[in-house]
Amino acid sequence: MSPLLAAEGLTKSFGGIRALDACSFEIAEGSVSALIGPNGSGKTTAFNVITGYQPADAGRLTFRDRAVRRPDPCRLQRLGLARTFQQARVFPGLSVLENVVLGRNQPWHALLRGRVPGTDRRRAEDLLDEFGLAAHAGVPAGRLSYGQRKLLEFASVLMAEPVLVLLDEPTAGINPIMVKTMEDHIRQRHALGITFLIVEHEMKFVMRLCDPVIVLDRGRPIACAAPEEVQNDPRVLDAYLGD
Amino acid sequence: MDAGLELRGIVAGYGQGDILRGLDLDMPAGQITCLIGPNGSGKSTVLRVISGLLAPREGRVRLAGKNVTGWSPRAMLTHGVAHVPQERSLFPAMSVWDNVLMGAYISSDGDAVERRAAEIAQRFPIVARRRHDLAGSLSGGEQKTVEIARTMMLDPPVLCFDEPSAGLEPRALRTVFGILAELSSDGRTILLVEQNARSGLAIAHNGAVLDAGIVRLAAPAAELLDSPDVGRLYLGAS
Repeated sequence: MSPLLAAEGLTKSFGGIRALDACSFEIAEGSVSALIGPNGSGKTTAFNVITGYQPADAGRLTFRDRAVRRPDPCRLQRLGLARTFQQARVFPGLSVLENVVLGRNQPWHALLRGRVPGTDRRRAEDLLDEFGLAAHAGVPAGRLSYGQRKLLEFASVLMAEPVLVLLDEPTAGINPIMVKTMEDHIRQRHALGITFLIVEHEMKFVMRLCDPVIVLDRGRPIACAAPEEVQNDPRVLDAYLGD
Repeated sequence: MDAGLELRGIVAGYGQGDILRGLDLDMPAGQITCLIGPNGSGKSTVLRVISGLLAPREGRVRLAGKNVTGWSPRAMLTHGVAHVPQERSLFPAMSVWDNVLMGAYISSDGDAVERRAAEIAQRFPIVARRRHDLAGSLSGGEQKTVEIARTMMLDPPVLCFDEPSAGLEPRALRTVFGILAELSSDGRTILLVEQNARSGLAIAHNGAVLDAGIVRLAAPAAELLDSPDVGRLYLGAS
């Protein structure tokens, strides 16, 4: 079976620093894959290049058996690929419900007139219910706690009914209870058929949730294996602990 | 110099969240203690608590046996605790010399500051060699060396370094770590927070591994270098 997403030879430099160095990996449909690595190993750059937020210098990307020649966030979202960010990006002045509604591309005139299709509104309300945010539906998103904003961002990307969701450090800066909540939501959505690729530093979270675990070091994968295998791989230990 | 540092039961964080959750850490006088741990484990927060940038919600900080919990950064600096941050902190549009003089900004004795700067220039030759150059024109390793030189203007007995190896190429890293070892041989107490765990432990007397806001392992640095438990903590093995 062909992979859902294939990155081949992705290369990206910033000045003299090669953040991605002919980086290749594949994401199988139905997996919860992790992308880990020490600071500066290229994880977020890989996300940015795959999702079209930064252009690659070289390399090829295939998603759902289609070559993605110039990745563009909006086009990719329509194709079924969505992402979140390390720092949750929400519209603080819009209500929580409006934030979720905007997760699906809306015609501009619908937004201006506040006329969002009823089906979208109901779907957004269902998502808020699922993520425990229904009580805050009318509240400006800026008033939510940081952890709640992360959940809101996750709920918002689900509005577009993606098949692959890239989560960039979903547990960063949130308390242990919220980490468990986040994990539960990922598991539930995975059970419903969504494939995940997760960049994360919280290793216990990664090791109990993800398989395979792809390890980047200096812009290229050094391991791609089951959690236990990665934990015992001396190359991975060298990458994390230094030479 | 008998300026050991001791942290007991430190709870600290930002906003409503706790990053440090009852941390105990000993930094014996005159030795290098290397604090390592995965991202987000709270290493930089420990430094902020020690240097007074973050007041702990609970716990005690003791310097040479004296309770200094919650003291301001200025008070800590006056009592000999200096903090070298991770990010580049030189003023790039000022000369190297002026940057070094800034290290003694709390001193009002201009002559003493000039004398001390001359001593620093002897100890750190780059300060003399590049004194008129803009600090922003130096390489990363040179900037880190000048930062350390600047910190030494007040001759602090306690030095806290936040990831001094960050962004340095291997040769510059060896230079900077060599300087740390020299400062330690003067009898200074050094806390070294380091992402490059093996390099940091290699020059340290003691090591501690932080995970989720508490010290999980503390031992002589040489023991930690060989301990498989360190890798397990980094990679989330139970």
